[in-house]
Amino acid sequence: MSEYASAKPMLLQGNEACVAGALYAGVEFFAGYPITPSTEIAEGMAREMPRIGGRFIQMEDEIASIAAIIGASNAGLKSMTATSGPGFSLMQENIGYAYMTETPCVIVDVQRGGPSTGLPTKISQADIQQARWGTHGDYTAITLAPSTVRGCFEETVRAVNMAERYRTPVVVLTDEVLGHMREMMVIPAPGEMEVYKRHKPDVPPDWYHHFEITPSLVSAMASFGDGYRYNISGLTHDQDGFPTAQPKEIKEKLDKLRTKIMRYADEIYRIRAEMMEDAHVAVISTGTVARSALQAVKMAREKRIKVGTIQPLTIWPFPDQPIHDMLKNVKKVIVAELNMGQLVQEVARVAPRTCEVLFLGRYDGEVMAPQMILDKIREAVK
Amino acid sequence: MQPQVLSSEIMHHYLRPKKKFPNVWCAGCGNGIVMGALIRAIDTLKYDKDEVVVVSGIGCSSRMPVYLDFCTLHTTHGRALAFATGVKFAKPRLKVIVITGDGDCLAIGGNHFIHACRRNIDITTILIDNKIYGMTGGQFAPTTPGGAFATTAPHGNYEKQFDPVKLAIGSGASYVARGTVYHVQQLEKLIIGGLSKRGFALIDTISNCHTYYGRMNKEGDAVAMIDAIKKQAVNIKQAETMPPEKLAGKFVTGVIHEHDASEFCEEYESLMQRLAAKGR
Repeated sequence: MSEYASAKPMLLQGNEACVAGALYAGVEFFAGYPITPSTEIAEGMAREMPRIGGRFIQMEDEIASIAAIIGASNAGLKSMTATSGPGFSLMQENIGYAYMTETPCVIVDVQRGGPSTGLPTKISQADIQQARWGTHGDYTAITLAPSTVRGCFEETVRAVNMAERYRTPVVVLTDEVLGHMREMMVIPAPGEMEVYKRHKPDVPPDWYHHFEITPSLVSAMASFGDGYRYNISGLTHDQDGFPTAQPKEIKEKLDKLRTKIMRYADEIYRIRAEMMEDAHVAVISTGTVARSALQAVKMAREKRIKVGTIQPLTIWPFPDQPIHDMLKNVKKVIVAELNMGQLVQEVARVAPRTCEVLFLGRYDGEVMAPQMILDKIREAVK
Repeated sequence: MQPQVLSSEIMHHYLRPKKKFPNVWCAGCGNGIVMGALIRAIDTLKYDKDEVVVVSGIGCSSRMPVYLDFCTLHTTHGRALAFATGVKFAKPRLKVIVITGDGDCLAIGGNHFIHACRRNIDITTILIDNKIYGMTGGQFAPTTPGGAFATTAPHGNYEKQFDPVKLAIGSGASYVARGTVYHVQQLEKLIIGGLSKRGFALIDTISNCHTYYGRMNKEGDAVAMIDAIKKQAVNIKQAETMPPEKLAGKFVTGVIHEHDASEFCEEYESLMQRLAAKGR
């Protein structure tokens, strides 16, 4: 039995909470390769998977890890891997394969400093744009970014659900500090959070099209061995998975990859806003920085500065319209992040013209302390 | 029933009818011969078509799954074995077959190949070994002989070669065989042998690429190349009686290595049973 099947409060790491979330969401297959600072996720899975009848395999590298989970997902199991920057880079080609073949799977990227080997044991948020544009070609990505241990659990559950619901890879972006930080949490009871079960075909094999363009845009998905025989290919394909060079079919396929996500954007978006009702200044941040931002805003409020925070938990697709609307009465927005300016590009794109966008970045491997954000807030209201 | 008609009936049972033909391969390519041998092997073993998964990477040979009426997974270059490992481990009852080429399996996919052998996972791999990259237009591969010409070896190949058979044996595969596109009945038997063996099986299949390798190395057309393959092949039983000097310039065919070892998915299954028995 899983050690996370307990109603007692537990002192968990962010990485452990990702494991617990995966188990809660019904993940039964994990393939991974050791890499700091994500390794505790693989270790947790190695411990838990054989206990619950699930499968753990340590592959020869990250390329093989993502390949194995895509294979397993097509054989019918909810599948996940976890890695950090260098491994995330290695996975990109096969993540593209998962987009193209509409294969549900979850990739947890516990961010560390980069580029290259960078800072294995230090924090960063520099994979934000990679999560959106990491693999070549056109596609629409879903990426979730928690900021607490409980959030790691919840966003992993949500990621697995969305992967299955929309037949797509989903990335959970955490970071070194969040992955290793411990907080008390109670694992939700079974049924407390929704767990989505993959939609299987209800037609006989002769009627089945693995990539059918349906009104909902998300095709039902058979698994190998279910009695349906079909082709899956990373080549641009028709609704039966066979390679196509027809412009109409090519465009239909690419449109589908985008619209099957964007049509459901409202259910995908999750944003936490605090003290925004009367705010003239807003701080936008994600992940670990959102914790400091909340603290900084509380400190600023004590000095009667009208400031609030916006934390997108869904960072891709970026919540364009909701963020735009939240900034309508805001004069200045500070985008605080642990990189040289990634999320700020999105905020600048969607902010109303009446709202000035300011950037606060840190990329020396250290956390962003509340004081840094407070100083920026004071500068903004000067 | 005439043998010809019977053979045609088998082929049509296992090939996908709509839109898939003509295939992408050059006239005279060995890939079709291998596909025929694979189909007859599966037919002999009476596998349920729904339970067979054929996985491939990228290259001429890797286009084969598209034509076959099984569950087929055409993946990224070099990674077929890693995808296949996921499929097999997730649902061990499935029969998983990997079709790969020498570039796909031994260059970009070399790491996955040795580790699939090491795990001894129950996957049968048919490596169609034509000593060249065909789909990209005739570049040298890890099996291209020294001195041979290729578009990226215009002055002759100055690299050394992999022997996939030795590589598989050294890495722990349970069943390692070599066949050719000339010795079709033997190839069929070797594929049956590989599919029947619990554990990782490699059937290194010597094939012809007259379009690139043959043309650049003046080895003639498909018939001439397949004839040369016939002359170079020595059955392992015969090879055992021959002195080494007589084997120079030849290659050995048949079941080169076979041993019994625990299979990856079975090991994991027994691990789960041990944990359950201990109540952990």
